[in-house]
Amino acid sequence: MEEYILSTSREIYGLYPHVHVWGFPISAYLFLGGLAAGILLFATIYYLNGKEDDMPFTVKIAPIFTFGLVMVGLVLLLYDLHHVLYSWQLFTTFRIESPMSWGAWTLIVVSIFSLLWPLSYIDDIEAYLHERGWKRLDGITKFIRNVEHKWLLPRFIILTFRKYRKVAAYLMLFSSIILGIYTGILLSAFNAHPLWNNSILGPLFLVSGISTGSAFVMWLSNNHKERALMSKIDIALIAVELFFIIHMIMGMQAGTEAYRQAAHLFLGGEYTVIFWVVFVGFGLVLPFILEALELKGFKVHPALPALLVLLGGLLFRIIMVNAGQISEFPI
Amino acid sequence: MQNSRRKFLKISTLGATGAALTYPVVAKGISFFKNEEPLSDDKLTKVATVCEVCFWNCAGWVYKDEDNKIKKIIGNDIDPHSNGKLCPRGTGGLGMYTDEDRLKHPLIRVEKDGEQTFVEATWEEALDLVVKNMKKIDKKYGKESLALFYHGKTGPHFKHLFQYWGSDTNAKPASAQCLITREAGYIATYGAGLASPEPTDIRNTECLVLIGSHIGENMHNGHVQDVSDLIDRGGDIITVDPRFSTVAAHSSHWLPIKPSTDMALLLAWIHVLINEDLYDKEYVEKYTHGFDELKEHVQKYTPEWAQSITTIPAGDIYKTARVMGNASPKVIIHPGRHTAWYGDDTQRTRAMAILNAILGSWGRKGGFYFAEKFKLPKHPHPPVPKPKWTWRDISQGKHKLAFAGITNEIIDHALPEYKGEHKVKGMFFVATNPLQAVPDEEKIKKALHHLEFVVAVDTMPSEITGYADVVLPEATFLERLDDIRVSQHKSPNIALRYPAVEPKYNTKPGWWIAREIGIRLGLNDFYPWENFEEVLDWQLKQVGSSMEEMKEVGVKHFPRTKPMYINEDGSHYFNTNTGKIELVSTDFQEWGYDPLPVYKSHGEVPAGYLRLIYGRLPMHTFGRTLNNPNLNDLKSEPKLWVNPKNARIYGLENDQEVWLKNPKGKVSSFSIKVRITERIRHDSVFLPHGFGNKGRIVTADGELFEMSRTYGRGISDAEMITNVSIDPETGGTGLRNNFVAILTEKPTKKEVIS
Amino acid sequence: MRYGMAIEVNKCVGCADCVVACQTENNVPIGYSRDWIMEKVTGKYPNLDLHFESQRCNHCIDTPCVRTCPTGASFVSDGGIVRVTHDECIGCGACIEACPYDARYFHPDGYVDKCTFCEHRVTEGLNPACVSVCPTDCMHFGDLDDPESAISKLIAARENFTILPEAGTAPQIFYLK
Repeated sequence: MEEYILSTSREIYGLYPHVHVWGFPISAYLFLGGLAAGILLFATIYYLNGKEDDMPFTVKIAPIFTFGLVMVGLVLLLYDLHHVLYSWQLFTTFRIESPMSWGAWTLIVVSIFSLLWPLSYIDDIEAYLHERGWKRLDGITKFIRNVEHKWLLPRFIILTFRKYRKVAAYLMLFSSIILGIYTGILLSAFNAHPLWNNSILGPLFLVSGISTGSAFVMWLSNNHKERALMSKIDIALIAVELFFIIHMIMGMQAGTEAYRQAAHLFLGGEYTVIFWVVFVGFGLVLPFILEALELKGFKVHPALPALLVLLGGLLFRIIMVNAGQISEFPI
Repeated sequence: MQNSRRKFLKISTLGATGAALTYPVVAKGISFFKNEEPLSDDKLTKVATVCEVCFWNCAGWVYKDEDNKIKKIIGNDIDPHSNGKLCPRGTGGLGMYTDEDRLKHPLIRVEKDGEQTFVEATWEEALDLVVKNMKKIDKKYGKESLALFYHGKTGPHFKHLFQYWGSDTNAKPASAQCLITREAGYIATYGAGLASPEPTDIRNTECLVLIGSHIGENMHNGHVQDVSDLIDRGGDIITVDPRFSTVAAHSSHWLPIKPSTDMALLLAWIHVLINEDLYDKEYVEKYTHGFDELKEHVQKYTPEWAQSITTIPAGDIYKTARVMGNASPKVIIHPGRHTAWYGDDTQRTRAMAILNAILGSWGRKGGFYFAEKFKLPKHPHPPVPKPKWTWRDISQGKHKLAFAGITNEIIDHALPEYKGEHKVKGMFFVATNPLQAVPDEEKIKKALHHLEFVVAVDTMPSEITGYADVVLPEATFLERLDDIRVSQHKSPNIALRYPAVEPKYNTKPGWWIAREIGIRLGLNDFYPWENFEEVLDWQLKQVGSSMEEMKEVGVKHFPRTKPMYINEDGSHYFNTNTGKIELVSTDFQEWGYDPLPVYKSHGEVPAGYLRLIYGRLPMHTFGRTLNNPNLNDLKSEPKLWVNPKNARIYGLENDQEVWLKNPKGKVSSFSIKVRITERIRHDSVFLPHGFGNKGRIVTADGELFEMSRTYGRGISDAEMITNVSIDPETGGTGLRNNFVAILTEKPTKKEVIS
Repeated sequence: MRYGMAIEVNKCVGCADCVVACQTENNVPIGYSRDWIMEKVTGKYPNLDLHFESQRCNHCIDTPCVRTCPTGASFVSDGGIVRVTHDECIGCGACIEACPYDARYFHPDGYVDKCTFCEHRVTEGLNPACVSVCPTDCMHFGDLDDPESAISKLIAARENFTILPEAGTAPQIFYLK
């Protein structure tokens, strides 16, 4: 028998009985970041492919939401800081090796794009809304237009943005990919937690984020063609996700004791049921089947698979953040 | 995609250049809070102190900042008890002062609406009430019927008060369990006891034998340091313990003995040393009496015989005896503390003393040195009245070697069934809590219920506080002045405890409380001084020192007047009947005790039970430190050690909560978490001492006094110990023949806390 | 100059004096600790082995905590001492997650706190509080870069181990058997 135990009491908040300094706010922040990245990714890709008018919701409407998502994410991040009066220190340096620093700055950049992108489409958005008989938001569009007309600087910025939208699209594509990867890298950069410390987690979070983005469009778009396309894309993304998950766990199983213990959290350990049944079952496999059935012509409520994917994405991040903190090297 | 550990190391190597990759964007330096940064020692002032967290009484310095706030306590470099290094309890001693659960003001028991309760009182009221009741007991039964139990440096103030008044009915609960049997065994053998700190010359020894001593878990500071030095020097350590103690792990030989069979091992060791001619023949010849009888006596105690009793392989007994023999005379069978175990403890200590004698270690370099104590003259006072009877009349009739009051027996004299003439009717408890420190809780409770008056003087609320009629809150050692520490050591020395800060809350130093009672009793002639500082200053001036000097140095050394080791010409006189080391005790012969130690079985563990082994944690001194915020931080909860074999039998898991029950049906008040460990034998459990506190007072105003950090945490070993084995020679109270069964379900019949 | 520690586990009794000395020296609040004791037991009764390890920040050469800090509050000070500037710390917890030793924690004031090797003492030529108080004298502090320093010689002469070497952080606290 071997014992390796703490001999002195050390019941410190966040450390006892295992490290737990990141909770729901961080999980939600990662989810919102991934979702925003997914939405912007689709918007820019289809814009750059010239599908601006074929897929109006994807390119013009959906990005409206990203600014809100990113802002809520940022608020959650700041809320989670323990020395919050000093949070401005985040924006006094850029630390190239710190994922937290990357995240803070990326969010700022993305939030600027996600604000300007819809503003540059203000006429199209109004038309889109009128087409569907939505006049309640006219007040807002009018206000924005007034600002644009009265004030020189906003007008200049938006006009410039419109003029160089293609360049902006490339930059936005780039920053949204960084945001998507970052949400995974944030965790995988922490070597101290074997569950996070693998090279698949970054791509997995990116794919999961894009998947939630496609689900978001699928859910809210009224355009059948857009929905069908997103459904197809999502099926592929879910397949990739499943492949990554299997591969990640197999990789951990092939590792040292610490990694096998990390994998065990999902293979008989305390996260087994919630991971395989709730997340994989209801968050990946079920929407996969529903989307496939819909493509085959079966009648499925479009919101159902989309919501499952979105909730699954959130749950996945909650699981990874919590389980990862339990997973430690056996000191 | 590769996600094995290689990737992980790659990420790691990236960081080597980390520091260079910071890009400052905005100037920094705005601060919202002032952080409390550690201060350099230059910015602190220091006050001399003597630690009171345990009886080792190390001298140190209290460091204070400019706001007169105590920052830390550090050992005094020239103090031989600590060598400048305090143990965790000493370092955490400031928690005794900062503990917000302290007794804060005097309390008086009153009857309100037919219910007894405590109310806050002024010192005047409380002291007047104490004196009124002392006089009442005097009038009804005589002064002798008021008994005093005490511990620590506050004790003498009250012991003197009682003596000045006319009562010498007192005891230290520590005595009958701790040192009395050991001292008796050594006095019978060498004509001298050991006292404290024990004069073991571990710094020069080559072999240290620990039998029932747990240095490192008991933080007897100087000895812990000495043992560490011995490990450095590569000396042998032989540890006998049923538990794989800390020092057992650091020993060259660990003998995992079956509990209660130590005597068999000691006798077998003597057997080997004599039969293999490994003993110090010259020394034995010169200084001892009765060697031939001893030789004859131990012939039957062969290692093979001992193996069958102790479960230690005979080969290991031979081997360790030879290690001792080869190291002779630089070998120490450590006398240990808390030597009352199974009821034949003076005899067992005698066997250890005899071992030391035949190895020639007494008075030898690397063995036992002759400690010297400085003589500080006593402050003069009028002659002390002679009581009609004292503690001696209670104990010495039964036990020839009871050289101090036996707590248990004084308590017996307070029971209603006691019909003799030495009735005890009132008790003072000064810095001691009998409900944790003395076995047989039910008996103590019964005595307490029948007493007419009970006073508790302490710094913390404990079980006894709840039984007191008057509670007098004492200042902690950091806030008060006490007697000069005059301790025996290689170099005679004295040390000063000076108050570092004013007493917190409405507490008072022990000397003040004792004096105020004395004045009220009309003992003004015994207290011609206003402040105890005057007494100390007078004493110090008699020996060419002063308060001024002692405040500067903390500890002062004086030259030795006698040699540290025995003269080798054989002229050394031992204070025994024969003038020699008595291997055969002539006193014992006369009094009808065994003149040579014999092995007696103490029985087996009853079926369904496990032996209760209790003991120390290095960061706590019994129950008194459990609530100290700093020390509680180190260990807040005890665990019951259970061998994996028993864990399987009982179906236990780590950290599972269990209760204990003893053969008399006594069930523990609280539960304890299990630790499954190989460190304990399969026939025993180990329980750290002092936990399971259940002292709690609520005053009439709703003010709560309790040790909030430790209340109800763990099981009190004292509560489970109901079988007391009395040592016939001394009246020592052996507590180790006690057994417990583990209960995994919460017992339904909850014991009512009365 | 690179500060490090050597701790002789053959002498340590696990008394936790180092823990409480750190607490009083550095104003570590009650309920928190920058160092702690681990107990390791191996074998089967009566063939057992036991030792204690006084653990704290390992002041690693490779510092994942410093690397993941988004503000630069965590930094490597002179002599390789890993420190936190309280006023620059935002309390994001990244360094706590990054440390494989659980050596960092949130101070109740919000910033991250940890062992400083008692930099305020070390710069005055004193030993850290934990080392200076140890009754068994099992802890040693000094310059690991200097092969002639007492600590370097001690480490060179004795069989030793570090905690979690597989974490790849190159810990600078050596445990001597």
